[in-house]
Amino acid sequence: MRVVSNVTCPVCGSLCDDIELIVENNHVTKVRNACAVGEAKFLAFADPKHRRVKPLIRKNGELVEASLDEAIRRTAKILAEASYPLLYGWSCTSTEAIRVGLELAEEVGGVADNTSTVCHGPSILSIQNVGFSSCTLGQIRHRADLVIYWGCNPWSAHPRHLERYTTFTEGRFQKSIWIRYLTKLRALIGKKKAQRAAELASPRKEVISKPERTFSLPPTLTAKQRKMIVVDVRKTRSAEIADYFLQVKPNMDYELLQALRMLVFDRELDLDEVAGIPIELLEEVTDVMVGCRFGILFFGLGLTMSSAKVRNIDAGISLVRDLNKKTKFTIMPMRGHFNVTGANVAFTWQTGYPYAVDFSQGFPQYNPGETSAVDILARGDSDAALIVASDPVAHFPKRAVKNLVENPLIVIDPQVTPTSLMADIVIPSAFVGIEAEGTAYRMDRVPLPLKKVVEPPATCLPDEVILQRILKEVRKLKGGKAA
Amino acid sequence: MTKLKVTLLTGRTINQGTGKEHGKLSKKYMESVAICQIDPEDLKKLGIREGKNVRITTAFGSVVLKAVKSLRAPHPHVIFVPYGPWANALIGSETSGVGMPTFKGIPAEVETSQERIVALPELLKQQFGRSEKTCV
Repeated sequence: MRVVSNVTCPVCGSLCDDIELIVENNHVTKVRNACAVGEAKFLAFADPKHRRVKPLIRKNGELVEASLDEAIRRTAKILAEASYPLLYGWSCTSTEAIRVGLELAEEVGGVADNTSTVCHGPSILSIQNVGFSSCTLGQIRHRADLVIYWGCNPWSAHPRHLERYTTFTEGRFQKSIWIRYLTKLRALIGKKKAQRAAELASPRKEVISKPERTFSLPPTLTAKQRKMIVVDVRKTRSAEIADYFLQVKPNMDYELLQALRMLVFDRELDLDEVAGIPIELLEEVTDVMVGCRFGILFFGLGLTMSSAKVRNIDAGISLVRDLNKKTKFTIMPMRGHFNVTGANVAFTWQTGYPYAVDFSQGFPQYNPGETSAVDILARGDSDAALIVASDPVAHFPKRAVKNLVENPLIVIDPQVTPTSLMADIVIPSAFVGIEAEGTAYRMDRVPLPLKKVVEPPATCLPDEVILQRILKEVRKLKGGKAA
Repeated sequence: MTKLKVTLLTGRTINQGTGKEHGKLSKKYMESVAICQIDPEDLKKLGIREGKNVRITTAFGSVVLKAVKSLRAPHPHVIFVPYGPWANALIGSETSGVGMPTFKGIPAEVETSQERIVALPELLKQQFGRSEKTCV
């Protein structure tokens, strides 16, 4: 038995680096400090039911086992012969592998796109439009006294975000508010019990009317302690933790953000409500925002995936810019996969652009909406695809997936996924961050090392090595530069 | 049969997160994503209890899912389906020129259904004409 400490968790963009693993006979048997998702990954990754160890090639409609050399040779041939291949995924692998992948994309004259195209792509476009003021998560942990989560639900998607970086963490200058939360929770449970008892005791149910929703801010929001506000379309678990929850109507975030911008500058709004929220309440929330000493606005896919997309983020960043005229405010996207930020970083330093990079002209071109994966697939432009550490069949719209599976599809992924089930060639790789080392970037663009904790099966190489071998083979076929 | 006009949201849930780590062919994954969270008032309007199947239809597709009473209520006329192959059967590929399909805030219709929920390999076959092939 051996204990491996300070392991970086390869699940979400929070990249918690305090995980402790107990390893016995090359198996992770116990996980400490991780969230439910992290624990599930460390304990279940090697489950033979959803782990492939042998390369597969589709022959007569069936996926049959093949040698690694054959799988790599065929992959290289498909990519070298394709006129417009799509190389997609990248956010669940190491930055080192992404670098090789980009070299391969350039060599085959294809399009390299990463999963930010269906997650924070609009945020990136908006940051390029407007610019943004951000900081590292450490600054937030120690200094932020107002934390706003807009259109995101860290309780589900980044379970330890609150505990490590924001409201439930003991910072140097800002204390955790978990005691306040527990008190609130106890009071709420007591209230529910009393209500239920009253309902059972009363013979006429209509007598017990639910208390009217009151539109005033809780006293904690005006306290000097750290505060948390959640803006979302549903009262998520994160919203229950928050001091205050603003329920915005679906697709109306843009209106709400613009209304807040006007209120920051004391403009009068000749309306009763915006996006379902009364103006008086918005005025009070604006006072809390202007009155804080260091605010942070975390935003998620609630803004990028609903109507207005890029414009929502433009408005969000502009709101933060306006607030900076009155106090100190920062903004940060809640990045999903553990190395999606790394994919953007590696893409940018290699090609000049963060995603949707088209090499078909021999130089990098970038025009999301045209050179982005979903658009290319929906138009039916690509004639082959290499998917690395991603599952577009499960996460792309139906029409895009149809074109993806109609053409030769190669998948490099350790897991059995809908994409690997539909693939023509499957090359199983080692799990980055568990069976292979590498570097990943946290959502605040801080690079962290990923550890190799156990040995991968002999037939599973790291993504970086597989890609290097494919690149070498492609160069051999093209008769160009020697690898 | 009652048809309810609603707004469809898709998104992450903690069960979807752990389910996918247990394998996308696992029962746990299917149970965590082939569901539709509906406001209790809307369930009443549909005349069903939770656990029954509902058919969700958008302009882009239609799929049968298990109705679950939303613990995040009230959100009248808003339904929530976790990310996954079932949710994607309902999503359009139009990206408004920015590369991003609309995964949240899509007009949809909900109705009760007697049909069963199709498992993942069958869903893939229905939608894309290929399914899981046994490894020889």
